[in-house]
Formats: sequence, C-alpha cells, structure tokens
Amino acid sequence: MNIVAPESLIFWTTIIFLLLLILLRKFAWKPILGAVRTRETSINDALDAAEKAKLEMQNLHADNEKLLQEARAEREAMMKEARELKAKMITDAKDDAKVEADKMVAQAQAAIESEKKAAIAELKQQVATLSLEIAEKVVKHELSDSDKQMKLVNEMLGDAKLN
Amino acid sequence: MRLTQTLIGSLALMVFLLMPLKGTASDPNPEQGDGKFDPKELINSHVWDSHEFHIADWSGHPITLALPIILWTENGLTIFPSSEFHHDNTGTTVVEANGQQFVKYREHIFYADRFDQEKFEATSTMGRPFLYEDRPLDFSITKTVFSMIFVSLLLVLIFGFAARSYKKNKKAPKGVSGLLEPIILFVRDEIAVPNIGSKYQKYMPLLLTIFFFIWLNNLIGLIPFFPFSGNVTGNIIFTLVMAVIVFIVTIFSGNKYYWKHILTPDVPKALYPIMIPIEIIGMFTKPFALMVRLFANITAGHIIILSLVGLIFIFETAAISPVSIAFVLFMSVLELLVAALQAYVFTLLAALFIGQAVEEHH
Repeated sequence: MNIVAPESLIFWTTIIFLLLLILLRKFAWKPILGAVRTRETSINDALDAAEKAKLEMQNLHADNEKLLQEARAEREAMMKEARELKAKMITDAKDDAKVEADKMVAQAQAAIESEKKAAIAELKQQVATLSLEIAEKVVKHELSDSDKQMKLVNEMLGDAKLN
Repeated sequence: MRLTQTLIGSLALMVFLLMPLKGTASDPNPEQGDGKFDPKELINSHVWDSHEFHIADWSGHPITLALPIILWTENGLTIFPSSEFHHDNTGTTVVEANGQQFVKYREHIFYADRFDQEKFEATSTMGRPFLYEDRPLDFSITKTVFSMIFVSLLLVLIFGFAARSYKKNKKAPKGVSGLLEPIILFVRDEIAVPNIGSKYQKYMPLLLTIFFFIWLNNLIGLIPFFPFSGNVTGNIIFTLVMAVIVFIVTIFSGNKYYWKHILTPDVPKALYPIMIPIEIIGMFTKPFALMVRLFANITAGHIIILSLVGLIFIFETAAISPVSIAFVLFMSVLELLVAALQAYVFTLLAALFIGQAVEEHH
C-alpha cells in the first residue's frame, strides 16, 4: 500500500480529473470531434456529390450520344429529303420544260400551219387575180379585132360541141 | 512515433540506471545504519508517494523540489513547504506552524505530541495511512498530485494546441493533430462506438480524458527523472478515484432496463434472495476490478524494473549489470506497451460498463 494520505489523493485526483475533463471537453474534445465530424460529413458529401456528378456525366454522355444520334438521323433524313426534293425538282422541271416545249412546238406548228394556209390562200388569190388580169389582157388582146373575135368564137364554138 | 518512444525509453533507462547509483550511495536510511543496501527501501522510495520531489543527490545531500504541505488541522488550514522537515522522515524534526507542531515519519505527517512510533510500527501497512486520531487531514500536493497536475497541464497544452490547429486547417490533419487524431478516432471507433452504441457521443469526452490521462500518467511513470517519474497510475487511490468516477457515470447513465436487470432479474422469484445480492455485488466488482487491474499492472512493472536494477547492488558487482540492463531494457519496452494497453483496457471496460447501463434492450 503506497499511500501517504488517502484523503489528499482522493481530493486532488477528483478535482484534477474533473477540471481536466471540463477543460479538455471545452477546449479539445468538442472542437476536435466537431472538426473530425464536419470533415467526415464533408468527405462523405463530396464522395456522394462525385458519385452523383459521375452519374450525371454518364446521363449527360448518354443524352449527348442520343442527341448526336438524333442529329445524325435528322441530318440523314434531311439529306435524303433534300436529295428527293432535288430529284423531284429536276424531274418536275424536266417535265414542265418538256410540256412547255411541246406546247411551244405545237403552237409553233399551228402558227406555221396557219401561216402556211394564209400564204397559200393569198397565193391562190394572187394567182387568181393574176390569172384574171392575164386573162383579161389576153382577152382584150384577142378581142381587139373582129377577126380574131370571130375566130375565137369559132374555136370556142368548135370546142363547145353541142352535147 | 514508436521510434521516438523507444528513444525516450532508452534515454530514460540510461538516466534511470544512473540514478540509483547515486541515490543508494547516499540515501539516509532510517532503518539501517550499517549502510547495507536494502532493495525494499529503494523500490519503496520510487513507488511510494512522498511530500517532496526527489530530483537527485549531490555529494550526499538530496536535491528535492519542496512541495507544499497543506493540512486541515484542529486549528484550521495550515500550509507550509515540505522543506521545513529538512528531508527528515524519522519523526525527529518538529515543524511549528499555525500554533501546532508536526513531525513526518515515513511520509506520514503527525501531530508531534501524539506521534507514537511504537503504535505506528505495530499498525499493519494497510492501516497506517488511516491513523486519523494522531494526525491532521493531509491535503498536501504530494509527488503524485504534482505529477497529476503536470500531466494535466501537458494534456491541456497538447490537445489545446491540436484543437487550435483544427480551426486553422480545415483539410487533412497534420502535425500534432495528425498524430493524435488516429488515437482519438481509435477511442471513438474501437472503444466507444462498439460498446456504447448510438449514444456514444455523450461519453466521448469522458472516455478520451480517461484514456489519455491514464496513458500519459503511465508513460510519465516510466521516465525516471524530474519532473517525471511520479507513479500516479500505480497508486491505488488514484485508480480508486478513476474507478469510482466510472462507477458514478455508469449508475447515473443506467436506464430502466439496467435497473430492472439488477432489481428484478429474469429468474424465478424464489431465486431473488440470491440473484439480487449477486447483481448488486456485480455493480461494485466491475469498478473494483478496474481499480485493481490498473494499479497492479503498473506497480508490478515498476517493481520488476527496480528489482532488476537492484540486482546490481544486491550482488555488489558491476558484472551483473549487462544482465540487468538487458532485462530492464526488455521490461521498459514491455512497460511502454503495458502503459498503452492498460489505458486502453481501462477505457474499454469503462465504455463496456457504460454501454451495459445504457443498452436499450436485450
């Protein structure tokens, strides 16, 4: 038993321990444990946030991929449409041009025909007139003396076989 | 950290080995005038508490730190420095203070007129500190109390510093806090949480204080020179107070299940006369075991080391010193382990008892 005076140690140990407990609790354990807890929460939060960010990134990546796919498909569709449109336009244009051309040709032909007809008619008229004039002149000339008139009458009479 | 401890240990050991050489050569030995070495005296002088802090001996004169003697006498509070006894432990030097006379015999302070050496020697070792009819109440700052205050200041300083560094550094801990945080977390995650459960936070300050206070006191006791070497945790009164504190905390934390378990245990009513006393005794045996375990472990370690050093003087030959040194080195390293282990065990059992008291249901 290594005791000098039990009351001394009981008294001082109690006082010192309680004081130490109070002091350390206020100045050491609370701040340290608080800091540790705060840091642990912040680490956990950061890890959670990182996990979330990763997931979001994945989602975003998937979204991007989808968007890209969509864009690609859309482009493809647009290209196809454009091509189709182009082909159609070309065909349409060709058709239109052909129709127009045919129409123009037909018109031209009609115009030519009518011009031709008109020309022929005029020619006929001219020829008739000319023939008449010639005939007139010939007749005039033929009938300038009575002999000839007589001869003609005879001739005609000769031709004009009474039938 | 381990390297530093070993280094301190070895250094301490060296000084330790030198000290008894000086000390025993000139120790005024009250019992033996023949100058023969008494290992019991050597061991007791190191393990026992005292009213002065022996630092060294210089050419036959002990150099000590005079600690204040605080007495609650029949005339009221009396304070005087222990140096007034002039290192006397034989009850011959009479000190007058506050109108009374005191003598010091084997570190016990008596009223000079009532001191009876025959009676003291006739009293058993266990009974000697309790001769209250012959002595005033002694509230002196003894060597043990001095060591305790020293350790407390050290703890407040170290942990106050560590806590301050947390305010400045919000990131990973470094420096002192980097060293201490794993230990704090060890106490939290390996001692408090598994044994107490969800309510552990309330008991963290107590457990941490117990752990570091006991550990540092254990370590201080292993360093054999001033201002260390105080054998605090090897003092049964110290361990008694610590155990009582744990006991009180346990009792006041006890919920209805705890009390139900003690007062109306789940056994047939006929067994109550046996079971209830057993449970109540069990309440007290737990802190009693705490008290004895720490005291016995630390005291035993000190006695073994001192005995091994004493071998040199018992055989009166330096030839034995290599054996002593080897064994003392081994024991000192072992004691470093025991210092941490006993602090851990004490804290663990404290947490376990508190955990049993706050446990919600079986």
